[in-house]
Amino acid sequence: MAADRVTSLLGPRGWACFLGIGIFLAIVVPLLNVLPAEGSPFRVPDYLVPLLGKYVCYALLALSLDLVWGYAGILSLGHGAFFALGGYCMGMYLMRQIGTRGVYGNAELPDFMVFLNWKSLPWYWWGFDHFAVAIVAALAVPALLALVFGWFAFRSRVTGVYLSIITQAMTFALLLAFFRNEMGFGGNNGLTDFKTILGFGMQAPGTRLGLYIASVVALGLGFLLCRFVTTSKLGRVLMAIRDAESRVRFLGYSTTNAKLFAFTLSAVLAGVAGALYVPQVGIINPSEFSPANSIEIAIWVAVGGRGTLVGAILGAGVVNAAKTWLTGAAPELWLFFLGALFIVVTLALPQGIVGLARQWRERRVRPPVLVAPGQEGE
Amino acid sequence: MAPSAAMAAAGTAAPVPPPIRERSILYLDGVTVSFDGFKALNGLSLVVEPGELRTVIGPNGAGKTTMMDVITGKTRPDSGEVFFGGATDLTKLDEAAIANLGIGRKFQKPTVFENLTVFENLELALKNARGVWRTLLASLGGSDRERIAATLATVGLTDRRDDRAGSLSHGQKQWLEIGMLLIHDQRLLLLDEPVAGLTDRETEQTAELILSLACDDRTIIVVEHDMEFVRNLGARVTVLHEGSVLAEGSIDHVQNDPRVIEVYLGR
Repeated sequence: MAADRVTSLLGPRGWACFLGIGIFLAIVVPLLNVLPAEGSPFRVPDYLVPLLGKYVCYALLALSLDLVWGYAGILSLGHGAFFALGGYCMGMYLMRQIGTRGVYGNAELPDFMVFLNWKSLPWYWWGFDHFAVAIVAALAVPALLALVFGWFAFRSRVTGVYLSIITQAMTFALLLAFFRNEMGFGGNNGLTDFKTILGFGMQAPGTRLGLYIASVVALGLGFLLCRFVTTSKLGRVLMAIRDAESRVRFLGYSTTNAKLFAFTLSAVLAGVAGALYVPQVGIINPSEFSPANSIEIAIWVAVGGRGTLVGAILGAGVVNAAKTWLTGAAPELWLFFLGALFIVVTLALPQGIVGLARQWRERRVRPPVLVAPGQEGE
Repeated sequence: MAPSAAMAAAGTAAPVPPPIRERSILYLDGVTVSFDGFKALNGLSLVVEPGELRTVIGPNGAGKTTMMDVITGKTRPDSGEVFFGGATDLTKLDEAAIANLGIGRKFQKPTVFENLTVFENLELALKNARGVWRTLLASLGGSDRERIAATLATVGLTDRRDDRAGSLSHGQKQWLEIGMLLIHDQRLLLLDEPVAGLTDRETEQTAELILSLACDDRTIIVVEHDMEFVRNLGARVTVLHEGSVLAEGSIDHVQNDPRVIEVYLGR
């Protein structure tokens, strides 16, 4: 029964695409980085590996937002906060791995604490020498924040634009808090200058490849998990909440609990994305909490097509690739491009790229003249 | 009231007829709701017996929809008592808890989940576990599928089974919503204007459907404007006016009541 449920997450063509793209990203790309000789046109250059890894983390982040926005109708404009918290948990582990290799060579304290004249490690840094603790924290801290925040917001029936605004406030409050040196997270410099992860050198090509592959695997599993939720009866309850929340209550479902589940799961996925992102970019600082970052995530999802999961991944890839190219080619144009993109998507592509593809396919398959009266009654 | 039915429902052991509240399925006493000083309900008292079919009429603003909101937990009354099944105080419960007690509601404007199929709409209404984990891991059993098929047949939507509910006609949405109440197997159905916007033919069919649904263990309250429809149902009528009961009795009785004629029918 459970096996049936897993195999039916995608159709036969869906599984073929999933496995094909998965094998390409997780096996073919790394092989193309390792096997062809330096300078060969088939070689994936070393600098591209962490860049692709970063995109994959963004895709997982976009996926997490699509679960709550596209399915449950919760437009969170604070998802960057969960991502950053996951990132900080990983960053704390990486800081502890520096040990005596820091500027001050202090085995007990990270450099910034020595600089601030701190005498001992704050309690919330305890245990972060261990990778397992950092991973558990990267899942648990975003989950806990989502659970507490969501419980108050959903129980008080805060919805729509009001909810979006308080999620912005949440991430902005965290931004201000993490800027403060007294918080013990490195202030505005954040955490950086990492040396090793699990004993492997941060700059080594093998480590970067390993992190990239781990990100691809996490994205694949995250996608299947989201499919599992959205194709379940709970997924249909969430879509019903999106379309007519009060009606769902009158059917006897606790919409608070259903939304809380989706929001917390989504925060966990965002935390995983953040934890994988930090070792690949080598730094985490409070700017990850900035409200604009969280809004950008919503743009990725809107561009790809919300409520489709695939669209979120696609949108994150397309927009970020465009960003990398454009900020290199014409940096002053990027913000205009982002603004224009948002307008175009809102006006012309309400269903995003995935919706556009769907429209074209339907137009080809079924000429509009042949619709029988009564079949298409609105 | 129908005393014999009430006594039968109350059980045979009671030597004296139990008080009104205990033998009722729905009991409202002195319910008052005000919005910014305007009294939407003003000391409303209403008793419905188990198995009864009741129609509630009244001019716009008489408090019909507010009454439904109070019964289903959407609005908390400022004062007054609301009891279900004689013992459960509805003013202490939220919408989901009241729905799980066995009170179902059809909205004035048909409210179905437009982006789900007709089948999925009924699936969500099935009387199954409502918890988050149970719904996450739920799978449809054979008996569930049979119930959905039977309900589709009852409301005449079998051939629209896999269409999006948003593509249904207005009347079909009304019926789908009634179907959702049926499959949920609720003991008390509140139908808010079930024939609003329907054609004459559809109105007739809906009256037949409602009459076929009324039975001993299902109580139905219909709020309606359409007097012809109310007459077709042939049930006891309660007339609301300015938030309280103006008259109660058979349709002929209330239509001949001079106060009713003055506030409602005469206009």
